[in-house]
Amino acid sequence: MSNEIEAIKDPGLPAHVHRRADTDPKAAKKAERQVAILFLLSAAGTVLLIASYLFIPQDVFIFFPILGSTNAHQLFLGLGMAASLFFIGMGAIHWAKTLMPDEEVIIQRHEFRSPDEDRAEFVKAAKDGAEAAGLGRRSLIRRTLGLSLGLAGLSPLILLGDLGPLPDEEQKMTSWKKGTRLVTDPGDRPIRPEDLEVGAVAQTLPAIAAGEHRKLSDIAKDAVLLIRLRPEEFNLDAERLSWTHEGIIAFSKICSHMGCAVALYEQQTKHLLCPCHQSTFDVTRAAKVIFGPSARPLPQLAITVDSEGYLVAQNPFNEPVGPSFWGRSA
Amino acid sequence: MTARERIAGSVANYVDERTGAAKWMKKNLTKVFPDHWSFLLGEIALYSFVILLLSGTYLTFWFDPSQREVIYDGSYAPLQGIEMSAAYASALDISFEVRGGLLMRQIHHWSALIFMAAIVVHLMRVYFTGAFRKPREFNWIIGVGLLTLGIVEGFLGYSLPDDLLSGTGIRIAEAIIQALPVVGSYLSFFAFGGAFPGEAFIPRIYTVHVLLLPGAFLALITVHLMLVWYQKHTQYPGPGRTEKNVVGYPLLPVYMAKAGGFFFIVFGVTAFLGAVASINPIWLYGPYTPAQVSAGSQPDWYMGWLDGLVRMAPPLESYIFGYTISWNILIPGLIVPGILFTGMALYPFIESWITGDKREHHLLDRPRNAPNRTALGVMSLTFMLVALINGGNDIIAVTFDLSINQIMWFSRIAIFVLPPIAFVITKRLCLSLQRADRELVLHGRETGRLVMMPHGEFVEVHEPISPEKAWILTQHEQMPALALEEHDASGVRRPKALKNKLRARMSKAHAVSIPKATAEDLKQIENH
Repeated sequence: MSNEIEAIKDPGLPAHVHRRADTDPKAAKKAERQVAILFLLSAAGTVLLIASYLFIPQDVFIFFPILGSTNAHQLFLGLGMAASLFFIGMGAIHWAKTLMPDEEVIIQRHEFRSPDEDRAEFVKAAKDGAEAAGLGRRSLIRRTLGLSLGLAGLSPLILLGDLGPLPDEEQKMTSWKKGTRLVTDPGDRPIRPEDLEVGAVAQTLPAIAAGEHRKLSDIAKDAVLLIRLRPEEFNLDAERLSWTHEGIIAFSKICSHMGCAVALYEQQTKHLLCPCHQSTFDVTRAAKVIFGPSARPLPQLAITVDSEGYLVAQNPFNEPVGPSFWGRSA
Repeated sequence: MTARERIAGSVANYVDERTGAAKWMKKNLTKVFPDHWSFLLGEIALYSFVILLLSGTYLTFWFDPSQREVIYDGSYAPLQGIEMSAAYASALDISFEVRGGLLMRQIHHWSALIFMAAIVVHLMRVYFTGAFRKPREFNWIIGVGLLTLGIVEGFLGYSLPDDLLSGTGIRIAEAIIQALPVVGSYLSFFAFGGAFPGEAFIPRIYTVHVLLLPGAFLALITVHLMLVWYQKHTQYPGPGRTEKNVVGYPLLPVYMAKAGGFFFIVFGVTAFLGAVASINPIWLYGPYTPAQVSAGSQPDWYMGWLDGLVRMAPPLESYIFGYTISWNILIPGLIVPGILFTGMALYPFIESWITGDKREHHLLDRPRNAPNRTALGVMSLTFMLVALINGGNDIIAVTFDLSINQIMWFSRIAIFVLPPIAFVITKRLCLSLQRADRELVLHGRETGRLVMMPHGEFVEVHEPISPEKAWILTQHEQMPALALEEHDASGVRRPKALKNKLRARMSKAHAVSIPKATAEDLKQIENH
């Protein structure tokens, strides 16, 4: 900053202007009453809270404009609590603003840097300390200490080893086997092609033995979406076409981007849309990605019918389902 | 001496003889705090944290953080008989069976949203006024740390109920972990105790959510406040306020009454929201199953920008030697946020390197007087805003009858184009405001009174502004740009050293300003 040019001067802190309550005892008394009223409102709020807790049943709904139909118990409990807290605050602040001194006070700051002699003494003390311990001279101690501390730091990492199993080939597998029946989810009913009309969608899982329990981690890989189109609507190569059955095509429902359920099917455009990040897949072209962040089509499950006419998997998925991971070969 | 004074006296004596506290208390009870509404933003964050601790503790008394499967038999009819995790069932019980439970759940959720909002706005206040400058760089870094932890803590918190929406969020988090090169699958299997979703994750994040992170928060907030206390608060420029003093109100009684009162007001408003405004109605979502999702799935607002970045990412994956690298996840999910937050944490050091200013600063800048910094801030906010808007693209598409694809393409382009435009516009606006300040000091305020001169000309009467106002508009210092260092320490000429050139260039950009009005200028006008 150039000091030659004369700057505009600091006029200094403006003179203090008294409030009415500072000079007029009547105004002060009035302010006192206002503070007391605010505190009383808070007390009333707590009474409302207690009364609501004790006397309003939990299953009463009342209608309020804007709020709609609201649970009376929770509403009045909350309003009572809100009032009991809010008015304590209002009272305290009104008190501070009207009756406590409002004259501004000035205090001085001090530079944080320590005086030079303190700094010099500190450096000397630190050096002397290090010298006395002989850290510099006794390199054997220094090095072995470094080694032992470093190794000791490893132990928590080692001990966390049992947080989980190591990922194995299971990660790339699903429960679908050759001949596994597709069953409805929910309901676990096997499906015949004629159960699905053209344009219909069904959410399916692999059939499991009666009494067996489905784990969520299996569903997270096994969920399959069936969609029925007119066979002529497909735009597939011969192999992929052979994976469909009478216009019914099956895809993994787990998004190839981040694993959400690809749950939105637009019947008009025959697009599948993931509601999480809007990856869009074209059903007629083997779930090719036509929009959004996903880099891969949804894996297609080859299906056919078994001797009883129910839909079954021709083969397991030929690639891992779900989001990408490091060890997933392209 | 009254009886009350005697009792207080003997308690104080007892404590002081054992701790020597009187000396410290004497000094600090009269500590002065400057007053400004924007200094309340950090207080809101602090009070929300206290509310979170209180309401969170309440919730733990009933919440069962377990993924064991149970059949729901509570009073919410639509879900009766349905299989779900104990976590979800107990969250439903808190909402429907525990008196005041729903209120507390909603207070907890609302105060988390307010906590994050207050942190962000507080951070903006600190940034735009330059309060992060020396000696407050440590506190800035702690603040960035608190913001980051807050995002994680919030995410873990709304993941706990194990409803369909939160389970979807966890699924996405798992995909991000899995996308890490080399270690991704291992980390994911460790975190989830096996394949997603397993039965270990909710109990584990519960410990992190209620013990580890709150502990980290407590420690960081304590240091944050101790530094504010020790370094004394910054103040806005004004008459009588200098770099060497603090003008304000003493801790006892005014500041204590105001700050204490404000805690109750924040708590009261949060309770009001909890009473009337439904938030995260988990019973509508149903229990989590990986095969389902609801349309319009949205994270809480402070995660929205991250979701928006992930949504707009291009569909890129590399396949190298049989391994997969998911750029479509890594870039928006880890690399860009990493750059943003690291840059934010380092900003005080970057700015002081650019300006070469190593002095202490306790007077705040008016944002217009630091055009480059202000423009950079608005640029970053614009980036975040575009990302946030894209995070809600499905909701926006439905609400305004637009196509998601159009919004996505808008965002993909806007995220590159709009921030620089915002930078240029903001910088120009700042300079225009500086010009207006100069104008105001030199020519006074427009009164709106028109006067007809003897020769028929109409002129508007200007009125000089008060000396206080003139001081506020001219008190800032205008630093010249750093001169390019032509020689290094050993006297070798190296004008082309890239670092020096970059520094000189940035310093020049940083120093652009309209010369402020001086007493000299005023005199000249008077003599005119």
